[in-house]
Amino acid sequence: MRLWRRRAQPLVCQQFVELVTDYLEDRLPARERARFEAHLAECDGCTGYLEDMRRMIATMGTVVPPSDPHTRDALMRALRDLRGGR
Amino acid sequence: MREDPTFVARLRAGDQDAFEALFARFDGPLRGAARSFVRTPTAVEEVVQETWLALVKGIEGFEGRSSLQTWLFKILVNRARTRAARDSRLLTFSSLEGDASPAVDPDAFGGDGRWKSAPARLEFDPESRLLGSELRSQLVGAIDGLPDQQRIVVTLRDVIGLTSVEVCEMLEITEANQRVILHRGRARLRAELGPATVEGGP
Repeated sequence: MRLWRRRAQPLVCQQFVELVTDYLEDRLPARERARFEAHLAECDGCTGYLEDMRRMIATMGTVVPPSDPHTRDALMRALRDLRGGR
Repeated sequence: MREDPTFVARLRAGDQDAFEALFARFDGPLRGAARSFVRTPTAVEEVVQETWLALVKGIEGFEGRSSLQTWLFKILVNRARTRAARDSRLLTFSSLEGDASPAVDPDAFGGDGRWKSAPARLEFDPESRLLGSELRSQLVGAIDGLPDQQRIVVTLRDVIGLTSVEVCEMLEITEANQRVILHRGRARLRAELGPATVEGGP
């Protein structure tokens, strides 16, 4: 085994940020994920970037608009009219 | 629980409580999704109402091959795209929007590809672990301002929480394509919330 050729180049930050989505989507091949995580373990800047990205994504899950009571009434009316709902 | 056959049977039978429960769970998310396709409140309202109406009319034909959620959102996305086309908004996914711009401004990195200095952090609430309220409202505006494809994919995935399988199926795009759009959209939002570049710089 020619390890010297198979050893992956370490990632740098500029490459790391382009892999963040693939990583979060769990789409990195095992080798790439290992490189990603190796870089993460030794880079505070990238650790912060990834953490902020996670927080931003989690925050997006909280901006769903509320349901609309008028639409609810329209739905219930349609239900009665069309289906003779009970 | 919504996937249980009893629940679908209740919907088929026109059970009002079942419809109320479904409405409470999905009207907001449907509304959010519709907003990413059509831009006026009237159009959003119409698309969402049409979707609910289609549900009432079509539930008897629902075969349960997909989840109710997938089914509902598919109806919505079809209606929304039709509506957008009628309003002369061409929402095409056949080609990727824009160029392959980098996730982070290249100026943030030195010649060796490392951060010139650690990127600025986003303020967050330590209790909820979410972004602070100011950034949160900035985020809402920034999502709205994304290019069409990115806005739609980011909304369906990150705001509504649909899976990539669902989104690819609804938009008829490949998984790789969807991931590229999602990546660009998220990176752009991150940049909108504040540059990751250094204060002052070297």
